[in-house]
Amino acid sequence: MTFTIPIDNGDSVKNAEADSQRTLYPYVTGTSIVAIKYKDGVLMASDMGGSYGSTLRYKNIERMKAIGKHSLLGASGEISDFQEILRYLDELVLNDNMWDDGNSLGPKEVHNYLTRVMYNRRNKFNPLWNTLVLGGVKKGESYLGMVSMIGVSFEDNHVATGFGNHLARPILRDEWHADLSFEEGVKLLEKCMRVLLYRDRSAINKLQIAKITEEGVTVSQPYSLKTFWEFQAFHNPTAGAQGSW
Amino acid sequence: MSQSAVDVPAKGGFSYDLCKRNDMLIQKGLKAPSFLKTGTTIVGLIFKDGVILGADTRATEGPIVADKNCEKIHYMAPNIYCCGAGTAADTEAVTDMVSSQLRLHRYQTGRDSRVITALTLLKKHLFSYQGHVSAALVLGGVDITGPHLHTIYPHGSTDTLPFATMGSGSLAAMSVFEAKYKEGLTRDEGIKLVAEAICSGIFNDLGSGSNVDICVITKGNKEYLRNYMEPNPRTYVSSNGYSFTKKTEVLRTKITPLKERVEIIEVTGEAMEE
Repeated sequence: MTFTIPIDNGDSVKNAEADSQRTLYPYVTGTSIVAIKYKDGVLMASDMGGSYGSTLRYKNIERMKAIGKHSLLGASGEISDFQEILRYLDELVLNDNMWDDGNSLGPKEVHNYLTRVMYNRRNKFNPLWNTLVLGGVKKGESYLGMVSMIGVSFEDNHVATGFGNHLARPILRDEWHADLSFEEGVKLLEKCMRVLLYRDRSAINKLQIAKITEEGVTVSQPYSLKTFWEFQAFHNPTAGAQGSW
Repeated sequence: MSQSAVDVPAKGGFSYDLCKRNDMLIQKGLKAPSFLKTGTTIVGLIFKDGVILGADTRATEGPIVADKNCEKIHYMAPNIYCCGAGTAADTEAVTDMVSSQLRLHRYQTGRDSRVITALTLLKKHLFSYQGHVSAALVLGGVDITGPHLHTIYPHGSTDTLPFATMGSGSLAAMSVFEAKYKEGLTRDEGIKLVAEAICSGIFNDLGSGSNVDICVITKGNKEYLRNYMEPNPRTYVSSNGYSFTKKTEVLRTKITPLKERVEIIEVTGEAMEE
């Protein structure tokens, strides 16, 4: 069964091909990622939500994936573009393994590759609508970097994407210090994720925390955070201001 | 143009008469003056005995810092203070206006002002201007019914909250509050938390900076701690001070004290008759 959509403007028929080849706006999006370096490597946290505009369509999306032996990639933004990037990286890792020379792609190399891909796509006005967080450990050195959809890339001791930049980064700037233990690191990440849960409308209370150390990558099982809603003032907020809200 | 007997402008709200002329001027190439925005971090929180308000002190005009140490905590009544974010002129004017209205109301009723009075006066005014008066306020005070904290948005909606932040640095400050706020804070804990939230705004938001102002209001008492914290001092100050090159010769020194130039007229009887 076919149906045709009447197209009024003659131009859009000619340009239909041209327009449909560019990403104009994201559809299914993931919200923030927060990541920090700690004593043994890198810790990254993300929730498992995929929003379709203002609907929370998908609640089981893993936005963090291991790349090769040494790295972990987390992405916020368009989920389909993230899956495309994973395919590119799959090919990259496959080719690397085929050399069979005992060497393997480290996080720095993967980060560089991603930066090049993102920047070149942006130059063609057809970006991959993601902000990527790349963390890893190779030969004892931890690495944590970020690439945005326009190709801005940098490394730091703690990074966050999207809303995490506004809500989590201030906390991390204050409370991060070198040589955090695993427990301290997880507590710090949970603190940030809790604030995001309260104040980011597209966040859900189902998160995963991933750990990368020299031994490899582990992504935890999904779990939820405890939230507190019992402030006295919330019980009867307008007690002092009758008629207001 | 017809001669009308009494040309009275409509009461309240904006008169859009000049919009057409402004559009025409912009089309001809006139650059509209950019207004002074406060690009701010303002916070308030309720603690055990009252309310603590905090604000940064930077006023920006686009990318430039226009005032390094402005005052964003405005006086409304002896027991009510209001922090303002948004367009500096709007916050200043609107808080001044409501402050006068509150004073007149105090004279008329013979009672201390209540926070909801200030709240209602502010939100009525802002709503009637449909968001064009760009003032986002954090209003706090302690009256006979207890401590109150409200936020007022430019379009006229309000919230009643135990802790609140507004301005461009509101997310940075809110993240500190969400992580660390507890009920029943003592005065010192509350001040520490407010200062931390403002510092978070100062250091993480470009529109906020310089110093931290704090105002503590309790029953029957208020403390305005101007420049409570100065986390951005001038780092490199020349120890020599300023010295001009030797070429500047002082030829003549003449000092005229201004006091002598002012005539003080004692008026007896009815002054100010006109």
